[in-house]
Amino acid sequence: MLLPEVEYARPATVDEAVSLLATHDGARPLAGGQTIVNVMKARAGAPDVLVDLADLHELRSIGFSSDGRLEIGAMVTYAQLMASSEVDVARPILAEVAATIGDVQVRNRGTVGGNVCVSDPTNHLPPLFAALDATFTIRGQSGERTVSSEEFFVGVYMTAVAEGELLTKVNVPASSGAGDGFAGLTIGKHGTYIVNAAASVSGGAARIAIGCVGATPVRATEMEERLAGGDFSEDSARAAAAGLGASLDPPSDVHGSADFRRHLAEVSAVRAVIQAAGRRKR
Amino acid sequence: MAEPVRSCVVALEINGEQVELEVPARRLLVHFIRDDLGLTGTHIGCDTGNCGACTIHLDGEPVKSCMALAVQADGGTITTVEGLSADGELTPLQQAFNAHHALQCGYCTPGMLMSASALLARNPRPTEDEVRYALQGNICRCTGYVNIVEAVVAAGGGA
Repeated sequence: MLLPEVEYARPATVDEAVSLLATHDGARPLAGGQTIVNVMKARAGAPDVLVDLADLHELRSIGFSSDGRLEIGAMVTYAQLMASSEVDVARPILAEVAATIGDVQVRNRGTVGGNVCVSDPTNHLPPLFAALDATFTIRGQSGERTVSSEEFFVGVYMTAVAEGELLTKVNVPASSGAGDGFAGLTIGKHGTYIVNAAASVSGGAARIAIGCVGATPVRATEMEERLAGGDFSEDSARAAAAGLGASLDPPSDVHGSADFRRHLAEVSAVRAVIQAAGRRKR
Repeated sequence: MAEPVRSCVVALEINGEQVELEVPARRLLVHFIRDDLGLTGTHIGCDTGNCGACTIHLDGEPVKSCMALAVQADGGTITTVEGLSADGELTPLQQAFNAHHALQCGYCTPGMLMSASALLARNPRPTEDEVRYALQGNICRCTGYVNIVEAVVAAGGGA
């Protein structure tokens, strides 16, 4: 399909990219293109300028900060997450979940930054990063800021990244023996999620986020509080999840009613917590 | 600083040949391959990134050429289905597709071959499960996949 007319720039540095985004009206970053190209085909959006991030090698790296955080560049692909020894050591759940996104071809092009900046409520990574307590580093012309996942995910297709800004990396805290889990129900194997839940259990505390039930990932704070005693048995997790569904306001569509999604949220949260607890390093 | 432009020169290697061509920024890679270069073995199926008929290798990895701009491939190395067999002889994978009746209408076949050949390059003896996982991004409306999976497993030397 013919795309709308668009201008294209391929900056060599992050500063240059930010400057291009800030000085051209209607400029949008182009990462792997696995969403925006289709958005342009469907005429759901028509950026005036695409700023291709392909040459920004500093955004393609995965490494550790001096205090042990896992730092994932915004241009890191799903395939890179799956093959990274750093991810395998620090947070293997990221590789595990990345392996179920799209298909081989999409995983070779699609990026971590694209996944979170699109902020599609059915995407895999937003609830996972919310459960992992990740932070997001955003570069603008006036400097750099780092925000929490609660601040980052603003709404459907909306994040804290403003016009003229660029997400540069996602920072995941050192695992410190935490176990992580991810569960949910998809439309077909490895398809779009109807509901998903991510959990991270560290010592006696759990952090749980539900996806596909609202515009942004929803933290299951009441369930987290009930689990604060450190009992992550199935009975305890089920008891803690009781009422979670009723606290949510999910959409109804052809794939599931709102009530079905409320039910799935509880089941998914329980499964994610049990999986996470079983993976803790003691 | 690189100022935004409406068209630019794309220089890349495709099936062993260097090409250099000025194209509009909005030109999809699949249209560049089919219309500008005349390599019509790469098919357009759904044009929404779901069916995988347009799969090519970009820098050795399978990607869907309907979800990339031609300008994004600048400086890259591309292989299309025409480039699989250098000397006109069918590759063992292509012969396996023939022997196992792994196509009916044939529309999805170029994409299937590109995904399967990328799998075999990194995993020469894949299991049936590994083949199915590697072909998740390629849709076939005719075969039910059974013969395609058999062909790829056989091309790897498996039963």
